[in-house]
Amino acid sequence: MTESKETRQPTRREFVFALGAGGLAVATITLLPAGAAADSAAVTEAMKKLIGETAPLDGRITLEVPQIAENGNTVPITVEVDSPMSDQDYCKAVHIFAEGNPLPNVASFRFTPACGKAAASTRVRLAKTQNVIVLAEMSDGKVYMSKAEVKVTIGGCGG
Amino acid sequence: MAKSKPRVKLPKKAAKGEVIQIKTLISHKMESGQRKDSKTGEKIPRQIINKFICKFNGKEVFSADWHGAVSANPYMSFYTVASESGSFEFSWYDDDGSVYTKTAKIAVQ
Repeated sequence: MTESKETRQPTRREFVFALGAGGLAVATITLLPAGAAADSAAVTEAMKKLIGETAPLDGRITLEVPQIAENGNTVPITVEVDSPMSDQDYCKAVHIFAEGNPLPNVASFRFTPACGKAAASTRVRLAKTQNVIVLAEMSDGKVYMSKAEVKVTIGGCGG
Repeated sequence: MAKSKPRVKLPKKAAKGEVIQIKTLISHKMESGQRKDSKTGEKIPRQIINKFICKFNGKEVFSADWHGAVSANPYMSFYTVASESGSFEFSWYDDDGSVYTKTAKIAVQ
């Protein structure tokens, strides 16, 4: 009798534990939209939309991002493309993608020969630790790619 | 929403052919469309600046397309060749249709 009574009335410890588990479940549910992140497939899809079927080459891009970002809400990013920026040969555009964000596209920069230097900086949101991928589109149709991992301590994007 | 205030920093004078850096900043919440209202649980609709354009003497020099992953109060810096004296025109295009503009002059010797 006493044993069955005990099972019906949870002890304080059990009760606290159950609360914790419940809280965890709630947290998981609220995090789900962020969990439904753009994976590398979504990034590939987004890339295709911007550059078509061109296979990206390595090199020519200097991508500057912090290795560890304490605040994912504002992560500085600098992209520089090695290009003479002459009327015949220049970098047309730079596209930035984030593999672990809810949406893969981050930003696109469009340069002209009047830029003199194919370099630009901005600040972006990263939901969690992930790869940042950069594509550089040149005037001759070649596309270059570079990527870097950013460790994010506190994610951006809310959630 | 508070009025978006654009700010632009570039040298007042430059030598002909010099590559100068232009830094821009605009106050904007850049609501990503991913956040949820903590009370109702509904998604807060996206409202961001989706395009930034810099023109020099009417000709486009640099532009950027922004998505929800660009931070609030978006910062943008880029370069241009100082070819002649004139004025830069900067415009930011909001999702709600408003356009924020700013101009800056440069003297090229």
